[in-house]
Amino acid sequence: MLQTNLEHIETVDQFNNLVRSGAKVAIVCGRMGPMCVPVYGAMEALRDKYPDVQFCDMDFDTPTGVRTIRSLPEVRGFNGLPFTVYYSGGRVVAATTSIQSKAQIKAIMDSKMV
Amino acid sequence: MSRYDAIVVGAGAAGLTAAIYLSRARVKTLVLDSGMAGGQMNLTHEVANYPGVSTLSGAELARAMKDQAQSFGTTLMAHADILSMDLSGTVKRFEVDDEGTFEAPAVILAPGGSPRTLGLASEESFRGRGVSYCATCDGDFFADQEIVVVGGGNSALEEAVSLTKYASKVTIIHEFDEFQAHAYAIEEARANSKVHFLMNQRVLEIAGADGVTGVLSREKRTGSETHTPGTGVFIFIGYVPNTRWLEGHVALNERGEIVTDDVMATDKPGVFAAGDARVKRYRQITTAVADGTIAALAAADFINEMRRHKL
Repeated sequence: MLQTNLEHIETVDQFNNLVRSGAKVAIVCGRMGPMCVPVYGAMEALRDKYPDVQFCDMDFDTPTGVRTIRSLPEVRGFNGLPFTVYYSGGRVVAATTSIQSKAQIKAIMDSKMV
Repeated sequence: MSRYDAIVVGAGAAGLTAAIYLSRARVKTLVLDSGMAGGQMNLTHEVANYPGVSTLSGAELARAMKDQAQSFGTTLMAHADILSMDLSGTVKRFEVDDEGTFEAPAVILAPGGSPRTLGLASEESFRGRGVSYCATCDGDFFADQEIVVVGGGNSALEEAVSLTKYASKVTIIHEFDEFQAHAYAIEEARANSKVHFLMNQRVLEIAGADGVTGVLSREKRTGSETHTPGTGVFIFIGYVPNTRWLEGHVALNERGEIVTDDVMATDKPGVFAAGDARVKRYRQITTAVADGTIAALAAADFINEMRRHKL
């Protein structure tokens, strides 16, 4: 389990249920390295500002990660950690690779998760 | 509006050290950082030359400094985006996105640096898709593939060697004829059979369509061009100071570094600077710590002087 204060997605069923619910979800799929930890922190800092969004993490090196986020067509060609995927209405609305600042995350939330 | 005695911008080695000294001196201190505490220390896998500590990770050292500062009463605000600031008056003000306005009579600017880029459009378009600035983060995406490392200092050579854990071949492309690294780093790279060298090159393009296929470079004397195959390009060509946002607020030199005197004072009364973003010859964690110490002591003196004159 990743050492963050985000909701941890640990099973494929948990992931599927969340996405199919149509909820607004931001999932950071990564490790605990220098490019990932800042993104978890930025997501934590944004939770109060976006109360209708569920901010989650997922361990990159687990079977769940392989079968869900890492298998998405939207992350094809990504090779910078973390992979961050945004869902709304059951669909991927944005996906980013490598480190993102809080301002960059906010820009996506404000444009794609309204 | 929240009032502090001192605001420190930047929570790297210099900023956290300043916060430790200020808070211990009972100076009400706020530290603002646009990311997480630690700055460039978080990118350092192993710190082996910090006096008194045989070896630990940069992240561990950063965490220890942060915890120490907070234990003395420092307020640390991470992921704080400064929307505007005014350093001109007796009281300096910062407006922070989603957080409000903060003011203090003394400010220490310790914004550090960011990885220098090549400045190529192709580099930007392949960021995270073949171009990386972190070997420990992204090296294993390129297992059994050929990698290019751009750079010629300690980081470039050390990371190139570490990338041989994954890559079938690592080619170091450097802009000069000689490396600017310590002898031990050069020796280790030269001794590694997977590491190859292409010197005196100017990188023209990160080549590829769906993904990176290699690096196109030009030999600076002869003009001959070389395409070095590789699916991953790791760039370690130094750092640039995070000071663009300070233009017009404090004096900067032609490289964008903050100009200070020997007690870290800038050209603005009550505004000090510390760490990698200021004009200095050597940039190490220890020199950043020294800067932070001096800046904090000078800032504390400034505050005490203001109180004496009831300013």
